[in-house]
Amino acid sequence: MTILELRAVHRVHGAGQTAVHALRGVTLTVGAGELLAVMGASGSGKSTLLNLAGGLDRPTEGDVVVNGTVLGGCSRRGLAALRRQRIGYVFQDLNLLSSLTAAENVALPLELDGMKVRTARRLAQEALCEMDLEGYGPRFPDEMSGGQQQRVAIARALVGQRRLMLADEPTGALDSQTGEAVLRLLRSKVDSGAAVVLVTHEARHAAWADRVVFLRDGLIVDTSGPMDQPEELLTTPGGAE
Amino acid sequence: MYGYQLRATFEESTGGTWPLNIGQVYTTLSRLERDELVRPLAESGTGQLPYEITDSGRAELAMWFATPLSHGDRPRDELAIKLALALSTPGVDVSVVVQAQRAATIRKMQEYTRLKYSTDRPADLAWKLVVDAMVFQAEAEVRWLDHCEASLLRHSSPPMPKKTPGSAHEAENEAGREATR
Ligand SMILES: Nc1ncnc2c1ncn2[C@@H]1O[C@H](COP(=O)(O)OP(=O)(O)OP(=O)(O)O)[C@@H](O)[C@H]1O
Ligand SMILES: [Mg+2]
Repeated sequence: MTILELRAVHRVHGAGQTAVHALRGVTLTVGAGELLAVMGASGSGKSTLLNLAGGLDRPTEGDVVVNGTVLGGCSRRGLAALRRQRIGYVFQDLNLLSSLTAAENVALPLELDGMKVRTARRLAQEALCEMDLEGYGPRFPDEMSGGQQQRVAIARALVGQRRLMLADEPTGALDSQTGEAVLRLLRSKVDSGAAVVLVTHEARHAAWADRVVFLRDGLIVDTSGPMDQPEELLTTPGGAE
Repeated sequence: MYGYQLRATFEESTGGTWPLNIGQVYTTLSRLERDELVRPLAESGTGQLPYEITDSGRAELAMWFATPLSHGDRPRDELAIKLALALSTPGVDVSVVVQAQRAATIRKMQEYTRLKYSTDRPADLAWKLVVDAMVFQAEAEVRWLDHCEASLLRHSSPPMPKKTPGSAHEAENEAGREATR
């Protein structure tokens, strides 16, 4: 089942002389039970792609489809609801609210959506357990290690009915063991049916993915999944680029 | 090109990291001739025996560039040499060579990782460490490839505004900014 689909998506930031063509026609699909990694040099368009997929930004051209809903056709309100209910986002800086406990942070999107507090807290507790954080619910972010905070952010992204998780460098400042533990947990979530798009510059983390797409200058230049064909490498000298 | 020229060109493009002795060059040339990958031309006035690459030689070379190395017992240097030569071989897009290698190496890492994830017996710790060794080694290669790509970007003009002789310096500055962001 397809969870996320990008159809010939373009995104131009700004206009005229200073316009930046951040994405130049990206097409991809991510299914349930699939972990897709996105790699590419700085400025290649990775965050732009993720923001579009999460409905935080709109394409200049092309369509973004989540769970069969074309985001471009949604009202502001509809989009906000879809984001809360279907899409989890892990930002590079985690974005945990420091005045709320871990459990409150995780429950927040559910409560915002009108869920009864008790139910929301129970689901939050379950999500924390899945991230190996049983007993950490009452702690505040600054009472936890970086890796634990990271896992709280992931629990928040995956709590409730959400099956699509978008993560921008979620293993940013972690040591290699903790980073691997996070990937292992993500992998197990994916294996039980979630769809994840992971932006990373670390090949070791991308290696957990089913498919790795490489972005360059706003285009997918390569995909490393199940075996693909070697490319035409020698161009005729002086021929077209 | 004849033997001494070949050696000089090879050493120049690989920064002297792989010195050749001239005997090696001539044995290699005669093997290449036997396999019909090169063909001798008429002897020059000064007694040099120049060779020329044949069509099947060209095809073989294209294959070598197009085929990512596999991780086995290969000397790591072959990759460095391949990139150095790709840089100085007309018609070869180095960034494509870099990307082909990167994708192949990451695919290998995906396999190792799957292997590691699929067995979860604590007794396999030693085995896991060995797999990790391969993962980290492969990762180092990918990081090096990223580094090469960034250097390439810095040293070539951006593809959009076509490089004109007068603007070469300006283009280089621009590419430098791009790469250091
Ligand atoms: N709001 C914006 N306004 C103008 N240009 C932007 C904006 N956001 C991104 N860009 C430009 O679009 C291009 C792609 O940016 P993006 O943030 O997607 O890159 P990235 O691949 O995530 O890079 P990094 O690895 O550094 O995070 C860049 O050239 C960037 O400068
Ligand atoms: Mg980014």
